[in-house]
Amino acid sequence: MNAAPARAAGPLVLRLGRCSARFERRTAVVTCALLAAAAALALAALCRGDSWDHPADVLRALAGRGDSVLVVREWRLPRVTAALVFGAALGLAGAVFQNLTRNPLGSPDVIGLDAGSYTGALIALTVLAGTPAQLATVSATGGLLTAVVVYLLSLDAGFDGLRLVVIGIGVNAVLTALNSWIVLRADLDVAIAATGWNAGSLNGVDWRDVKLSFLAIGGLALLLAVLAHATRQAALGDELAVTTGVRLRRLRLLSVLAGVGCTAAVTAVAGPVVFVALAAPQIGRRLAGASGVPLLPAALTGGVLLLAADLLAQTVLAPVVLPVGVVTTALGGCYLLWLLYKEVARP
Amino acid sequence: MTASVPAPASVPVSVPARLSARRITLAYGERTVSTGLSLDVPDGAFTAVVGANACGKSTLLRAFVRLLRPTAGTVSFDDRDVTRWRPKAIARQVGFLPQTLTAPENTRARQLVARGRYPHQSVLATWSPEDERAVDEAMAAAGVGDLADRELESLSGGQRQRVWIAMVLAQETPYLLLDEPTTFLDLAHQYQLLALLARLRDGGRTIIAVLHDLNQACRYADHLVAMREGRVVAEGAPADIIDAALVREVFDLPCVVVPDPVTGAPMVVPTP
Repeated sequence: MNAAPARAAGPLVLRLGRCSARFERRTAVVTCALLAAAAALALAALCRGDSWDHPADVLRALAGRGDSVLVVREWRLPRVTAALVFGAALGLAGAVFQNLTRNPLGSPDVIGLDAGSYTGALIALTVLAGTPAQLATVSATGGLLTAVVVYLLSLDAGFDGLRLVVIGIGVNAVLTALNSWIVLRADLDVAIAATGWNAGSLNGVDWRDVKLSFLAIGGLALLLAVLAHATRQAALGDELAVTTGVRLRRLRLLSVLAGVGCTAAVTAVAGPVVFVALAAPQIGRRLAGASGVPLLPAALTGGVLLLAADLLAQTVLAPVVLPVGVVTTALGGCYLLWLLYKEVARP
Repeated sequence: MTASVPAPASVPVSVPARLSARRITLAYGERTVSTGLSLDVPDGAFTAVVGANACGKSTLLRAFVRLLRPTAGTVSFDDRDVTRWRPKAIARQVGFLPQTLTAPENTRARQLVARGRYPHQSVLATWSPEDERAVDEAMAAAGVGDLADRELESLSGGQRQRVWIAMVLAQETPYLLLDEPTTFLDLAHQYQLLALLARLRDGGRTIIAVLHDLNQACRYADHLVAMREGRVVAEGAPADIIDAALVREVFDLPCVVVPDPVTGAPMVVPTP
């Protein structure tokens, strides 16, 4: 394998046998920086308890030595891992839908997929027994049905443009109302559980809760990695995508399934966590200075954002631990306003 | 002066066309554009498709490049329905430049041209030495080698159009279809582009372009296809088919046809 720059500041080219890949330098640098940021935040989050532990003790505990093995490995690590993996999943889902709609507002939390997944989860909780498997499948179904409804309602304009986003915002409002209604009709204990969950929270997450979600997210991320090249090509517009050999319909179907799957996998465990899917892809894109909305920076930015938000949620009003969704909603509201303002001002 | 009798097509019948449409019906939903249209694209020639607005010329091109599926009849390449080819395999044979083009923000010229290589790449091989060479050659041919690291938004309209041309050239297809490639260019850039297309034809490629300007089509094309209301009214070498009667039939425009003082090709001068 050789890693030779094509020209002074050109992209990095990797070749091995018949395999080859090309990375823009800046994307590579940003990727490394985001990984470092994620590692630093993760270490900080692992140190955070009632008081801050010394990082050296935490590292020792991670390796299985010292007094705090149980606390670090069984209590804090699941939560930190969940924040990173869920953040990455939300970043990916956002990037998928922003690529499909070619619109920075076209993210699953804005167009109602989170709300739809949550409706599914509520039904699983109130009508069914609410086992983790039921939660996962019914919330995925809810997200998928919402995607189908939004798509059908905006069929005239295809998957393109502001129309789908506006219809999605409407569908989101209807589903949010429906969710409130379900909660009001539910038994008190279920309603309390569901409402706390509605804010999107990683409180009390342990390994058992996240196993299924992690597996699903891993599989979907792999699928998206395979689709990444075609996704990038499709950013040139439907016409050029087709005439350069992209199987557009298959790409869209698989992308939507993967995007909805990522959203539902997170929602089934943590409830709807908004803002990450909306903002992470755009922040990642700007950091990487990339054309289109690249998937890897979106995933890494998502992980960093959600972990940072969760740290904030635990620290701001300590000892009260806020649901992470409260922090992301507060930050996301401001971002969404700014984005809407920019979209409307766009000629 | 020009021949007033309809002449046979400029290409000998014995050469079978690789790209052809057979009795195709083209429609957008309920609205039918063409019925029973047939056309053989002469191999190795520069074909210009001309006609008034909304005569179905762009629609015909879209059918050739699989963007519109005929409701009847077939479009075939090498005797095989284009929709039955593997998408990347047909994309290595037939390239297309649409009329309206949008690149994602922050795209640099060379990044865009590199995307023309998509049908030659796979998931595990996204940048081969062959890709590198093709992109360099395409940028040189389109005269945009020195714009490689510029962002598309910072280029003039003419430069940007040439970068897009370089992108379809990098696709290295023997057939190249262009939908009104000169529309957004000023006059000098229009002629530069047509000359480039003619050079590509000389290099062995088959060019099919929808053109608005009849005189430009007559000067640069080997083969003209004149359309009206979804039908092919006449086709053949410009000198063989263009006369005042045809122009009146196709464009509803009274005119005289005189020889172009520079090339001798037919030149249409309107007489309102």
